[in-house]
Parts: sequence; C-alpha cells; structure tokens
Amino acid sequence: MVTYWVALLAISILIYLLLDGFDLGVGMLFGLADSESKRQAMLRTIAPVWDGNETWLVVTGVIMWGAFPAVYSMLLSALYIPVLVMLLGLILRGVAFEFRGKASRSRWIWDASFSAGSFAASFMQGVMVGALVEGLQFSNGEYVGGTFGWLTTFSVLCGIGLCFGYALLGACWLVRKCEDPVRDTTRRQIPFLAVAVLAFLVVVFTHALIEHLPILRRWTERPYLFVFPLIGAGAAATLATSILRHDDYWPFYMVSVIFAAAFGTLALSFWPYMIPFVITIDEAAAPHSSLAFMFWGAGLFVFPLMLLYVAIGYRVFRGKSAPAADHY
Amino acid sequence: MDPTALLLSRLQFAFTISFHIIFPAFTIGLAAWLTVLEAMHQYTGRPVYRTLFEFWLKIFGVAFGMGVVSGVVMAFQFGTNWSVLSKMSGPIQGPLLSYETFTAFMLEAGFFGILIFGRPRVPPWFYLFSTAMVALGTTLSAFWIMVNNSWMQVPTGYVLENGQFVPNDWAQIIFNRVVWVRFPHMLLASYLTGAFCVAATGAWYLLRRTYRPEAHVMLRMGLALAAVLLPVQLFIGHLVGDYVHDFQPAKFAAIEARWHDEQPASEVLIAIPDSSTESNKYAISIPVLGSIIGSMSLTSKEVGLTSFPPQDRPPVVIPFFAFRIMVGCGFVMLGLAWFGSWLGLKHRLERSRLLLWGIFLSFPLPWIAILTGWYTAEVGRQPWTIYGVLRTADAVTPFLTASAALTSLILFVAVYAFIFSFGTYYIYRLLRAGPAGLGGKPLHVPVPNRPMSLADKTPAIAEPGE
Repeated sequence: MVTYWVALLAISILIYLLLDGFDLGVGMLFGLADSESKRQAMLRTIAPVWDGNETWLVVTGVIMWGAFPAVYSMLLSALYIPVLVMLLGLILRGVAFEFRGKASRSRWIWDASFSAGSFAASFMQGVMVGALVEGLQFSNGEYVGGTFGWLTTFSVLCGIGLCFGYALLGACWLVRKCEDPVRDTTRRQIPFLAVAVLAFLVVVFTHALIEHLPILRRWTERPYLFVFPLIGAGAAATLATSILRHDDYWPFYMVSVIFAAAFGTLALSFWPYMIPFVITIDEAAAPHSSLAFMFWGAGLFVFPLMLLYVAIGYRVFRGKSAPAADHY
Repeated sequence: MDPTALLLSRLQFAFTISFHIIFPAFTIGLAAWLTVLEAMHQYTGRPVYRTLFEFWLKIFGVAFGMGVVSGVVMAFQFGTNWSVLSKMSGPIQGPLLSYETFTAFMLEAGFFGILIFGRPRVPPWFYLFSTAMVALGTTLSAFWIMVNNSWMQVPTGYVLENGQFVPNDWAQIIFNRVVWVRFPHMLLASYLTGAFCVAATGAWYLLRRTYRPEAHVMLRMGLALAAVLLPVQLFIGHLVGDYVHDFQPAKFAAIEARWHDEQPASEVLIAIPDSSTESNKYAISIPVLGSIIGSMSLTSKEVGLTSFPPQDRPPVVIPFFAFRIMVGCGFVMLGLAWFGSWLGLKHRLERSRLLLWGIFLSFPLPWIAILTGWYTAEVGRQPWTIYGVLRTADAVTPFLTASAALTSLILFVAVYAFIFSFGTYYIYRLLRAGPAGLGGKPLHVPVPNRPMSLADKTPAIAEPGE
C-alpha cells in the first residue's frame, strides 16, 4: 500500500513536471515574443490544457497530504516563502488566460503577469528541489532552518536551471504545435536553451561535488543509477539530430525523456528517504486505514480515469493548433 | 508559537477562503445552468438558448479561472501555516481532499478546455456531455469540501494514536447526518447564487429595455428556480441549526447570544451582545421562542455561554450578527422570488419597474448570505480547529514568524485585490455588453480538424497533442 502511493506520487510529480513544464515554459518564452499574432498563437497551444496541467500540482499536494502527512506538513511549512511566491506566480499567470482576451488597453498588464508569473513559479519550483537535495535543517520532525533556510547558491542555481529546462520543453512544444513564424523563431531559441540546460547540469553537478553533498554518496553505493544519465545522454543526442533535421515531432519527446531521466535519478537517489536523511517513506506514511481508503477508490479507479480525461483533452486538441480560434 | 503569527495566519486563511468561495459559489450554479441551456438548445433548437449559453459561458470562463487559481492556494495553505493540524489530521483530511482532487478537479479541468474551445472539434452530444461533466465536477468538489469541513465541525470515526487522527470508520466520516444537511445547504446556496445572478441580469436588461427575449428567459428561469429552492433552503437551514444545537452547544449559544441557561428559553431577535458584562444591550426578545427553535418544545432548558469555561467559548458578536444577516438575506430573496414569479405568471413583471430594480440590486444577496453563513460556522467553531479536540492556537505552524506571516498576508491581499478588481470589471463589461457582445461574427470559426469520434482508430493514450 505504501509502495503504491509512493509510485502514484512519483508518477504525478513526473506528469506535473512534463505537462505544466511545457506550459510554464511557453509562459516564459511568451515574454520574448515580439508581436501580438505570435503571442496569440503561443497562447492558443496551451489555453485548452493549462488548467488540467496545473491540477497535477494539486494532485501531488493532496496525495502527499493524504498518504504522507508528515512530509506534507514538514516541507510546506519549511518552504513557506518559496511556496508563497510559486502560488502567487501561478495565480497571476492563470488569470491572464481569461483576462487578456477581455482586456483592451490593459492587455500589457496580463502579458507581463503571464510571463513573470510563469517565471516566478518555475524558479521557485527549482529552488525547492535544490533546497531538498542540498538538505533542509530539521530537528525532531520540525523545521529549524529559519525563514530563509532554503536560500543557497545551490538552490538558486537549481531554480535557474529549471527555468531553462521548462523553457526548452515549452519551445519544443511550440515547434510541435505552431506553424511559422512562431515555429521559426522558436527553432532558433532551442539550441541556445539546450546548451544552457546542459551547462547548468554541469555546474550543478560540479557544485554538488565540491560541496560534498551527502546525496552524491548514493552514486557510488548504487552504480545502477548511471543508467539514467545514459538514457538522458541518448535522448540529448537524438534531440540534437532531430533539431538539425528541423523535425517538429521528436524534440518534445526527447526533452521529456531527459526530464524523466533526471527525475528518476533524483527519486532513486532519495530512496528510501522522502526528505533525504530526515524521514523515510515508511516513517512518513499515513496509517493503513487512510492509505487503504484512498487506494480502493481514488487510487485504483479514479486515477486511471484522470489519465483518461487528460488523454481525451489532448486528443480533442491534437495536431497543430488552429490558426484562429475564436475565444482569445 | 507566536501569537501575532497565529492571528495573521487566521486572517490569511479567512481572507483567502472568503475570496475563493465567491467563485465556486457562482460557478457551481452557473455550470448547472449552462448544462440546462445546452440541453434545451439541443432539444428544442431555439436559438435563444444557444445565445444565452455562449453569453454565460464567457462569464463562466472568467469566474472559473479565478476560482481555479484561488483554489490552488487552499491545497497548500494547510501545510504552510497549519503544519500541526495538517500532520495530525492528514490521515483524514488528506484522503478527503485527495478524493476531491481526483474525482472533481480533474473532471472539471479536463472538460473545461473542451467547453471553452472544443465545440467545433467534438460532436454535439459530446459537447453536452462535457458541459455536464464540468457541472458534475463542481458539485463533487463541493461535496468533498463539505465532508471535510463537517469532520472539522463534528469529528467522528477516528481514534487518536501517536499524535495523529487515525480513521477507523470512513462510512461514519462521510455518511453522518451533519454532512447530509450541510452539503445540500451549500449546494442550494450555490444554485441560488446562480439563479439570482441570472435573474438580476435579466432584470437589468429589461430596465434598460434591451435584449428582451433573452432577458425574459433569464428572469423567468432564475426567479422560478429561486422561488422553488428558497423554501427548501430555509428548511434545510433549520436542520443545520439542529445539528449545531446538538453537537456544538457553545456555538449555538453564541449564535443566539444566550449568556445564561434558560428554561424555557427566549429568542433574542436583535441586540448588541457584550462579552465583558456577559449580557445583551438593547435586546428585543420573544419569550419561549428560543426553546421552540432549539428543541421544538415549550419547556426545554437551553444552554447559555456561561455554562462553558471562558477559554472554551467562541466569540459572540460575529456569529450572532452574521447569522442574522444570512437569515435576513434569505427572507428578502424569498420575497423577491415569490413576488416576482407571481407577477411573471400574470405577465405584469415587465411593467413593475420597482420590482425589477429590486431584483437587479439583489444580486449580491446570495453571496452575502454564503459568506455570513460560513462566518457563523467557522468563527462559531472557535477556539477549536477540530471541534473539541484541537485548538486553533495549537494547530498553527509553531516556528512561523510574524514577519513571514505578515508578508504573505499583505501579498495575498494585494494580488487578490488586483485580480478581483480587474475580474469583476471584465465580468461587468461582458454583462453590460450583453449577448450581442458576441457581435455579428460567427460563433465559431471552422477548424480543419475533423470531429472526434470514439470509434477512432488511434488508441487514446496520454500523449500531448497529435
């Protein structure tokens, strides 16, 4: 039962990373677009699906609360400021979808709030992952690191790195869904973003080596972890060739594979801890009666249904997005 | 625990949830109304239903968006500001909110996109189905929230083990009678909100002498629904009062501003409760009515606040006045709905401009009733977060500093005020422009994709695009 919910939590986080990842990435690239028609084209590719994408964040949150309440309460209270900024960012970008179409003179406000909100949310998500990897200070299950304990060079680097990662994912999404001129502009951004992501991976890894982060010991203990970087490298190579071939279809999937590989690496180096070296999965798990109640309804039946809704949503809006949708 | 951080966290929770409830209260009713309109359009083929659908869909979109973004905050705020509560009650509240997210949010989110953008891409029956799924999603969401809150009001079906509430009877948690009076109460409140907004818009157009066909449909449907639902709502409200009387006597005494035990008890209609002297000023009360309302008896003894130790008493002023405002709104709405429907039946409604003004100006009443009703329930629950078991002061994140809590509160207020002003302004503009705001342009641009069919050969897998 515990294993099932850990697996579901991991799957939900991964789905969130990929779906809201491209969505937030498009939001950040949106700020770089130089004409209204481009901005509209970019927005059209995500407008029908952003709400569903963001819901995976809530899914992650409530699974954590229901199945691992100790971790939910420890992490969220420790990461007070990053969570706050992330939420405000998500609010500002979320309302922009509906508001900018209704606005006339004030449209620039929602354009700004859309890209700034996307950036703030992405950055803070990276910062939180970084802080978790580097280690937050807990004592007796209570956070003792102070209001800004999460703020370190490493976590900020991770924040910037995730922004580039999301932007790359978003760019590949745009190439898939748009025709020129957006596709053309985005194609030119992809090599830069891909190199930036690579550079940040190197910097983050080196930093971790220099700082002797305890999590790195996992790599010597568990050599099989090297499978993931290898998968990632393979995907990166395919990404490079598909970009050179001006392929619209594959880059998105290759970046997704890179994301999945990075997530897999991280998750397996955490194992069996949920917060590294502070609390294990079993210690954090809710009582059996809670897990079983969630399993026999939500977990077993509704979770596959949710995947079905997502599938239906993406299927209805498949292919290149329509040149002139009416609503926005 | 820092008392300032506690107060600020309470204010922040109250503020963010009050702001949030405005939108679901509206969209639950509106989603149901959209489903009815779409079904009637497909059944009768009358264009007025389609016009109204497209018109209200735009308003729904704005309100739904604001409800979504303010709702995401709620899923995390339990952990950030109330870490002790979220750890202790996580085994019960976590699964309940998981059910909400799994059964409701995903349903809404998945089909909302189709509702707004999908009409040209799906067959009509599937579009109607999507509308109904969004409506079902909003309703399910309300259900789980009411289960969750009812458990905090009347905790049941658990044992306390290792500092956690461990559930041992989920059927008791979900199917107890508190849930089954409070959920219909909230659901009807949402339907009434939708009904009054629709009716008020109709009245507004008639006053401006524009969009007469649409205005008549809106006014008639809105008022008729409200006229039927309001008496039911008042009755269910009475049942809600019964559960408070039985399970939360201190809250009941606060709502009644009853300071001392009385037998038979009088009913304070209006007064200024004063907790320093433990008495009411300028009270107007009716003898014996308190016993009738509380226990359906002429002789029963009703408990007063002084029977509880001071540290277990809720504040009195807020529940007392909030409750009276809620009930007052209910009766005003009842009068408007009945009188309006009666005139409507006699085809005299359009000439009665005074009543049209009344209906037009009544649109805030359901919201006021919902907010004051919630203030009665939540402030009346104090000093407990989980009634009788966990005090609010013990539930807050122990190391939260006042400065962090103040920063977050200020930011929430600033951002919410900002988006609320623009959001209501945009909704106002849409309503003002009316159904013709859709303009002479075609409702939908043809899209090259062929309509989706379930017999499609490609298997539907969770694959973005394509």
